[in-house]
Amino acid sequence: MAKVAYYPGCALEGTGGPYDRSTRALVGELNLQMENLRDYNCCGAMEVKNVHPMLQTYLSARNLAIATEQMGFDTVMAPCNGCYHNLKKAEYELATSEESLNTVQDLAKKADDPVFKGNVRTIHLLEWLMEEVGPDGFKSRIKKSLNGIKIANYYGCMYTRPRQIYPEKDQGPGSESTYKPHFMDDLLGAAGAENVDFPLKTACCGGAHTLSDADTSTQLVLNLLQAAEDSGAEVIATECPTCHSGLEMHQVRAEKTFGIKTNVKIIYFTQLLGLAMGLSARKLGIHENISDSIDFLKNKGVI
Amino acid sequence: MAIHEKSLIDAERISTKDSLVIDGVDVSGHWNTMISPRTLTDYDDGFEAKIQKYAGAENVHRCWQCGSCTNSCTMYAQNVNFNPRYWIYLTRLGLKDELLKDKDIIWQCVSCNKCTNICPKDVKPESVMKALSHWMEDEGHTEETASTKFDKEFWDQISERGRIEDSAVLQNFFQKTGQSLNQDWLVEMVKRMIKHLPFVHLFHSGMHALFPPKTKSWGKTGEVLKAYVKEQKEASHG
Repeated sequence: MAKVAYYPGCALEGTGGPYDRSTRALVGELNLQMENLRDYNCCGAMEVKNVHPMLQTYLSARNLAIATEQMGFDTVMAPCNGCYHNLKKAEYELATSEESLNTVQDLAKKADDPVFKGNVRTIHLLEWLMEEVGPDGFKSRIKKSLNGIKIANYYGCMYTRPRQIYPEKDQGPGSESTYKPHFMDDLLGAAGAENVDFPLKTACCGGAHTLSDADTSTQLVLNLLQAAEDSGAEVIATECPTCHSGLEMHQVRAEKTFGIKTNVKIIYFTQLLGLAMGLSARKLGIHENISDSIDFLKNKGVI
Repeated sequence: MAIHEKSLIDAERISTKDSLVIDGVDVSGHWNTMISPRTLTDYDDGFEAKIQKYAGAENVHRCWQCGSCTNSCTMYAQNVNFNPRYWIYLTRLGLKDELLKDKDIIWQCVSCNKCTNICPKDVKPESVMKALSHWMEDEGHTEETASTKFDKEFWDQISERGRIEDSAVLQNFFQKTGQSLNQDWLVEMVKRMIKHLPFVHLFHSGMHALFPPKTKSWGKTGEVLKAYVKEQKEASHG
């Protein structure tokens, strides 16, 4: 079993706290091995590339270099789609552009930072769980079935796009698909959920402009919420703190500002898997979600 | 130049006649709509090159106008005037005045990357959208957009401490864009947020805001990166 460097990123230190707590609880329960990425920095989020793309590349490469040069790891695991995307993008860019690699290495020397040399891969928490445990592994360890909760699995933009930076995807059976991802479906299905046929798995929630163009984001989020409800979903499972907060925030905004109420619950996939592993709702931070799913989960007999 | 682009036809130049005879041939019916020609002389030959100097927009010359970007675009589904393919066409021809007609919406690109994902020529339309909105700000055609303010808020925090503290980003952003924190939906969201939250978590968030997270080894990294960006921007845009 490969031990990975865990990169929570800034969102999981703040508003995405429940995602961090449920990730740690789940990983602990599964006896998987990870160690915090030491004194990491922000990956550049979705904003910094607009100031200059090299900033995002550098910030992400600095994290990868901490893992390899200071900790001796060859794998960085990130649960946040934004971090995952940025690290993968840096990995791709530095493997394909000598010019970028030279720039990053020069900057690192100037700043007395660890120097990126490659030999490192980034994986998403979801991919790591598929690799280490998989649907069959989960099936054998489930303590409490998700009792057929109807779930729309929402993967968002950054987990699959652009496909160029994810060469390991779309490689046939067993690999993740960029146009119709299924890893969350596979794991939650194994945990006893019923996955609905959700057409907007990789649609955009407007996360990049969640505050700066709030009306557009509310509209995009409403598309997701209403499409999920139309597909028969009771829950939208998320795997990204930006998507998750965006969905929660604009669900409230749609209700308060536009009078459009939706009832679908928004829950991190790690919280759902954690419940299936018999962990308590409190330990998984479910009570910290803005989308209040406590009564719903009680009625379903899951907590 | 010949105009192949429907959006470039001015409405007042379209004339439809009930009956029309040309050179003794009655062409009434399907062939009775005419477009009177116009000549564009105000195109900027160097415009494409100028946009290409914005990092990420280097490949704009590769576009072969297949329209996959617009077809897949999240924002096009919200507003049919949001048309990346058309804007790339205008960029290539140097038709700045036409481009500026859409100056208030180009910045709305949500960076979902559907266009960059699907583009067969690696034009990276998402980056081109960012380049165009930056050019409009740089040349004073638009005010600094809310999106740019948000980007700068992030970069300010990161260059200083290596990390961001999201509640501070939110507060500063609302302040810098002159919005109240006392909006119905925000208040409701906070209420729902604290409904089940134990005191210890509130305390933790408070501490987090007071003592924002910091990368201890950040040292001079922020300064080095700022200097790099300054140098790059001066080299590209003077």
